[in-house]
Amino acid sequence: MGNPNSGKSSLFNQLTGLRQKVGNFPGVTVDKKSGTAFLNETTEISVIDLPGVYSIYPKSVDEQVVTDILANPQHPDYPDVAVVVVDASNLNRNLLLFSQIQDLGVPVIMALNMLDIARQQQLEINAVRLSMQLGVPVVKINARIGEGLELLKVAIEQQIGQPTVSETLFFDPGQQTALAGHDMKGLISDVRQQYQLTNNYLALQYLIQHDGFSFLGQPQRVKLDGLIEKYQFDDVDFQAKETIGRYKRIGEVVKTVVTDKRPLDQSTWSQRIDQILLHPVWGYAIFATVLLLIFQAIFAWAQPFVDGIDAGVAWLNGTLHDQLPDSPLTDLLTDGIIAGVGGVVVFIPQIAFLFLLVSLLEESGYMSRVMVLMDRIMRQFGLNGRSVVPLISGVACAVPAIMATRSIGSWRERLITILVTPLMSCSARLPIYTILIALVVPEKTVLGFLNLQGIVMMGLYLLGLVAALVAAYAFKLIIKAKERSLFVMELPTYKWPRWNHVGITVWDSVTSFVWQAGRVIVAISIVLWVLASYGPGDALEQAENRARSQYANLPTEEVENRVASGKLEASYAGRFGKILEPVIKPLGYDWKIGIALISSFAAREVFVGTIATIYSIGSADEGNDSTIREKLAAEINPETGEPMYTPAVAFSLLVFYVFAMMCMSTIATVYRETKGWKWPMIQLAYMSVLAYGSAFLVYQLMK
Amino acid sequence: MPHRKIQKRSVADLKVGEKAVIESFSDQWMSLKLLEMGCLPGTEVCLHCKAPLGDPICLNVSGYCLSMRKSEAATILIEQ
Repeated sequence: MGNPNSGKSSLFNQLTGLRQKVGNFPGVTVDKKSGTAFLNETTEISVIDLPGVYSIYPKSVDEQVVTDILANPQHPDYPDVAVVVVDASNLNRNLLLFSQIQDLGVPVIMALNMLDIARQQQLEINAVRLSMQLGVPVVKINARIGEGLELLKVAIEQQIGQPTVSETLFFDPGQQTALAGHDMKGLISDVRQQYQLTNNYLALQYLIQHDGFSFLGQPQRVKLDGLIEKYQFDDVDFQAKETIGRYKRIGEVVKTVVTDKRPLDQSTWSQRIDQILLHPVWGYAIFATVLLLIFQAIFAWAQPFVDGIDAGVAWLNGTLHDQLPDSPLTDLLTDGIIAGVGGVVVFIPQIAFLFLLVSLLEESGYMSRVMVLMDRIMRQFGLNGRSVVPLISGVACAVPAIMATRSIGSWRERLITILVTPLMSCSARLPIYTILIALVVPEKTVLGFLNLQGIVMMGLYLLGLVAALVAAYAFKLIIKAKERSLFVMELPTYKWPRWNHVGITVWDSVTSFVWQAGRVIVAISIVLWVLASYGPGDALEQAENRARSQYANLPTEEVENRVASGKLEASYAGRFGKILEPVIKPLGYDWKIGIALISSFAAREVFVGTIATIYSIGSADEGNDSTIREKLAAEINPETGEPMYTPAVAFSLLVFYVFAMMCMSTIATVYRETKGWKWPMIQLAYMSVLAYGSAFLVYQLMK
Repeated sequence: MPHRKIQKRSVADLKVGEKAVIESFSDQWMSLKLLEMGCLPGTEVCLHCKAPLGDPICLNVSGYCLSMRKSEAATILIEQ
């Protein structure tokens, strides 16, 4: 554990390498992460990386995790040894948290990090003296390059074998009677007695934070309130005095261990960069350029990889069709599974690019500048500068984005962010956008270097963003504020991205996307194939005979196509689609798209796979080696004889998917984060209405 | 008390590049967070830059950069 930006995650990655149990969803560290490391040849330990905090008093939900674990020795994650990473270039503030953790009675080790940065700022730190002053082991490390890990492991081993805990507290609340103006000694010993606590500081935490402690029951909380009443304990006042008291002692300690030679107002190169990146004009211009670059990368740079994979899948499908014996099993494999999975695999390059760029922004420290840049604007919409992170990571996936809202302290701002984040176009929409844009927007270059398709793509993302802001504004008028909003935030210095971190993030996100989406898609593809290949009774045969007699005078190939299409219409899936058709007809969709809409309700990315499966079954193209795009382009609207995917239909679908909340995982996450069904249902309702209404308008206007 | 608040200059009144020493806080709840972040009475701060719309602002406090809204900065009163 440690302060944000002190190098916790670097150390964690150095210790555990790829032996991490990452959560299901990639992106920002919002929850604890765990992994294993080898202390020596025989001892394996489990390492937990907690979110960064500045003190033991949480200001938002993500910070709560740290206190929950440290204040409860019965917690399954309660550490045997707490390694506190301390940023040497900002010793005072880092020691505040360190001294609090130490006072809670956990065996601690200080991992003194960023000594190189301190040295650059002409700070010299005497680690031996620091260790003696605080009475704890101090190990010098460089988490970025992995220096000092062996010494750290030795120290951990010693602390586990024979824990040394400082005898006296750094700040003992029981001794502060003079400070508090009432009998602190009596109050603390009453609490200790009632809860069998051995530690004065832990007792103080019971007093101040008992409302947030999930391990305390209601009667216990009431009892604590009674004690507070009896002693007239003012928690806010005492907390302020504690912080001042700690800093006073820390100041004394730091004076003896640090030689500070730096001039008071030297401007670091980080600050000089800020002059440009936070400039009234350049600041926004640079941010806009960065966003534009991201979309160009996703669309233009990833395209060669996408085309390669697309062709590969089509080739595989064609080859299997030729080589394997003609049987329902072969059809299931090619038309069902490979067509469906191919629809997902194709988008790996784009998702990889997206996560690569987003994690670069986070790593470099630019993301927090963006928060400062946007706070004033976001506030107009009832959001917070911190909402920028969920909104930007929402472009990758709404699930980690919604979890990232935990860093927003005010419930109202957090709730509004949660409600509008799914309007940001996530990577699952990318497959749909890509394929439909490629179908109806010509591949042209405008202004010399911008790809027209890339611009339309960016337009869709902007549409999502604008909708998110408008919706936020509407919610701001409806939802009342419960507590005050806070935007006090450290701006970390700019750093070169650590490529291994970026690599791990991209790898995690791609694999989890493939696994999460892949499993659903394989399952749905199989079910869909069955539903689309079989019908009630002999309905399929009847449809075949009807088609054969009706179109007997057409060339053989045409007849086969009509037969396949007629059979699909008569199948179970076709019947479902037909039932739905009247509802979606005003949007310009037919029953085939209807099937895809229903199946993509679980997860949007299924749409493309479903369309691929349906059109593979619904055509007699035996080779089956055309790509999904070619299949869509070849689809004819039986009523007009024109291509099915006119610009009106394609844009209507695009707009529908920009707004529709078609993702079970997001609904589940909102349920978990808001602790109830009320908000996810409101969200589902407003987004569905928005999607249907806008798609209707688009189709009717463009038709 | 409310009169003193108006008379007192706060960090929000600083110009870019101007330095000041923190004296006290006008908002106790806000002071908890600010204290934790190292804004202690007696500490010297320097307004390092403002966001494009003049709000939030960035302060240099004990060797690092801290950003906050103008309304929050207004609760940090400074010595004259």
